[in-house]
Amino acid sequence: MDVELAVPEAYWTRTRKTGAVMIVLGLLATIVFGALASSENARFALGENVSGAGFDIPGTAGAIIFGLIALAAGVALLVTGKHFGVLTGVALMGFIISALCWQMSVSTVSHTMPLGFIAAATFTAAIPLIFGSLGGVLCERSGVVNVAIEGQLLTGAFFGALFGTLTGSFWLGLLAAALGGALLSAILAVFAIRYLVDQVVVGIVLNVFAGGLTAFFYEQVMRPDTDAYNFPGKVPSWPIPGLSEIPIIGPALFNGNIFSYGSLIAVAVITIALFRTRWGLRTRAVGEHPAAADTVGIRVLGLRYANVLLAGLVAGFGGAYFSMLSTTGFSKYMVSGAGFIALAAMIFGRWHPVGAFFASLFFGFFGALTGFLNSISSPIPSQFLSMLPYLATIFAVAGLVGRVRAPAADGKPYVKG
Amino acid sequence: MTSHEPIEAEPGATAASPDKSPALPTPDVDQYHVNPAEKPARHRVPEKGKPSFANILREELWANNNFTVTLLAIVLALICGGVLMVIGNAEVRDQWQYLLYQPGKTLGDTWAFVSTAYVDMFKGAIVNPDTVNRWYWNMTTWQQVFYPISETLTNAAPLIFTGLAVAVPFRAGLFNIGGQGQAIMGALAGGTVGLALSLPAIVQVPLGVLAGVLLGGLWGYLVGVLKARTGAHEVILTIMLNNIAFLFLGWFILQQGIKDPARPDAISKPIQESGRLPQLIPDPLLRANLAIVLAVLAAAGVAWLLKRGRFGFELRAVGHNPHAAATAGIKVGTTVALTMALAGALAGLGGTSVALGTAPALTIDMIGQIGFNGILVALLGRVRPWGVVGAGLLFGALQAGGNAMQTFSGVSVELVVVIQALIVLFVAAPALVKAIYRLRRSPAAAAQAGLAKG
Repeated sequence: MDVELAVPEAYWTRTRKTGAVMIVLGLLATIVFGALASSENARFALGENVSGAGFDIPGTAGAIIFGLIALAAGVALLVTGKHFGVLTGVALMGFIISALCWQMSVSTVSHTMPLGFIAAATFTAAIPLIFGSLGGVLCERSGVVNVAIEGQLLTGAFFGALFGTLTGSFWLGLLAAALGGALLSAILAVFAIRYLVDQVVVGIVLNVFAGGLTAFFYEQVMRPDTDAYNFPGKVPSWPIPGLSEIPIIGPALFNGNIFSYGSLIAVAVITIALFRTRWGLRTRAVGEHPAAADTVGIRVLGLRYANVLLAGLVAGFGGAYFSMLSTTGFSKYMVSGAGFIALAAMIFGRWHPVGAFFASLFFGFFGALTGFLNSISSPIPSQFLSMLPYLATIFAVAGLVGRVRAPAADGKPYVKG
Repeated sequence: MTSHEPIEAEPGATAASPDKSPALPTPDVDQYHVNPAEKPARHRVPEKGKPSFANILREELWANNNFTVTLLAIVLALICGGVLMVIGNAEVRDQWQYLLYQPGKTLGDTWAFVSTAYVDMFKGAIVNPDTVNRWYWNMTTWQQVFYPISETLTNAAPLIFTGLAVAVPFRAGLFNIGGQGQAIMGALAGGTVGLALSLPAIVQVPLGVLAGVLLGGLWGYLVGVLKARTGAHEVILTIMLNNIAFLFLGWFILQQGIKDPARPDAISKPIQESGRLPQLIPDPLLRANLAIVLAVLAAAGVAWLLKRGRFGFELRAVGHNPHAAATAGIKVGTTVALTMALAGALAGLGGTSVALGTAPALTIDMIGQIGFNGILVALLGRVRPWGVVGAGLLFGALQAGGNAMQTFSGVSVELVVVIQALIVLFVAAPALVKAIYRLRRSPAAAAQAGLAKG
């Protein structure tokens, strides 16, 4: 349905509306958080634990100052109507830090936030989202809607655990995970491209299918004999000497494993491939205007098949993260919605690999923040913090905060005319 | 509104005349929708004399029509399920190593295993002949005889509601994936009325149902309004709102006044007796309750609305061609918003029927997956109200039978989920089923296609 009913106003552009929202948030932070905060210091430690170097911010002053920063950024947005990204970022950061100053100063458990730990937790939570959203980007850039990310992750997790145990090799398990994701992708490709079934329908049904299939074999095969079928090796840790000592981001980025390094490499490779290679140009052409691409001799359907399978490989590899990061192995429905957050990250990142990466980090950050606030027994309900990624995505697709646009031929099967 | 110049069209004289087309209006649907107006091919010109009745019957049954495709899809899914059963069972699987040494035993054991499991499924879903026999000899009660049917109806009712919640917006060209969230909100509202108030049942039950309808409807309306006002895609909106509803329920059941103070886990106070939907037959064994009656009534209401109601006409017109509908004076945005509200209300009823029907109290996973399964039910029912009822009953039977299969044959009930997904996959791609079974095109459909081209 393409009927648009929103009438764009002349003065109240999206940037200005966002500015108004940020002003409200800034005022809220300055007045309410400032009033509720105590004079205790909120301490931000640089390392992975609460001891060690860090800096202190007095609670009340911090809440007010950072609230004012958010307010100022909001005013700037409203007045200038420009610099949307930077100013929105500043305003949101100000709001969050103000809220943290309040929460940490009044906490009865701990006044310290270990930034290194938060950074590491953010990245850890983001890794499966990065792989999942990259799988989405690869698929949708070529014009096939991928709602089956959840199923691809789940299949990857299952295949990784099963074959990792059967072969006794972690790496073969990882390979099997990627192939498992591709296998589910192949069904998506055949139904969407060959049989022209509505792509969202196939995606939804495949999620149910993958969930049921892996749960069935988990119950029938894995659970009765865990040692023989569900005991994959633990992922080896590869710290990079020197770099992993950097404060805050060092432990997060450079004390990782195949999944964390792999996600960074995948983002870089897919970005370059998508925007700097012939394959990437063709993929984007097929996703935007398949008829035109066909006219100049690009094999539309072949390229779509290839990309959907590739998306499955990437998402399946990321799925192994769930079952192979530790030795706990696979459990049924273990992905529990991460595929849908990855879908949200892809949309929030505007169908761009780098955007999807940062959106995944953004969502991961809220995950880490939820964990931290729980640990200092904050009265803010964790459920509401967990809702933020979904709310942010609704705002994004509703165009309230910036406008996102899918590839033009996304979801439209191509039939040679 | 984009530039719709009113081309001297009176309201009513729509370019799209959805009443005339028995086929579904949306192009998405056409791929797997075959014109239902297929009658036995009376007008088929006999080539060599008059074809016998048996011949016509055989040709029509083996042709590519809805009923045949659905039936064959079910058969195909059950065969796949059988294969999975064998792979999932260590003893039978090991037999296959000796296939060449003792093929008879291998195949015999496999057949015995799979058929026993499916027979158990039938016994758990429809009727168990052993129980009937025992009842005849006065060894058991008549309630035991009706237990399987009661379980099937109990499982089917919420699925019919959530199936309708997908089917109705589908006719307006909207894909509602938010049945899960809408059902959660419905269950939350209905359940709260059920556990918090102590009124006479005659007041409290309708009040609980109403609360579920309203909150579910609101959750759907939110999607409709956002879609109509901003053009945001309803699939994304509903996926996000599903998760928000799930988290909200998780927070809600922990609140004071809702949470059961006597229990350490996250569970609400029990639903009061006066808030529960009355059972069809007051017996502790037969759980089937008023929900299944309400579900059939809802389907009848939706069928009437779509066929005869003014709003149903507008809804289908919007689904057929929103631009034409707008030109004809239909308020597209309002229709979209109200359609989603109606869908949300139906899904909310589904959630309420669980909360006030079978769930002892509010818990985080109380409604299971009824929202997502509703999508499958709607697709299998070809997004038509009575089709949804049929598909809901089938899925309810599979669920009830699957529980029996797990108990008696040791095959995990998760297999049912796989079978359900496979049925819908096969139904969604009739071309695939056609190719597998080498179905011929129905002569009637061929004649019609010819007419359409000419």
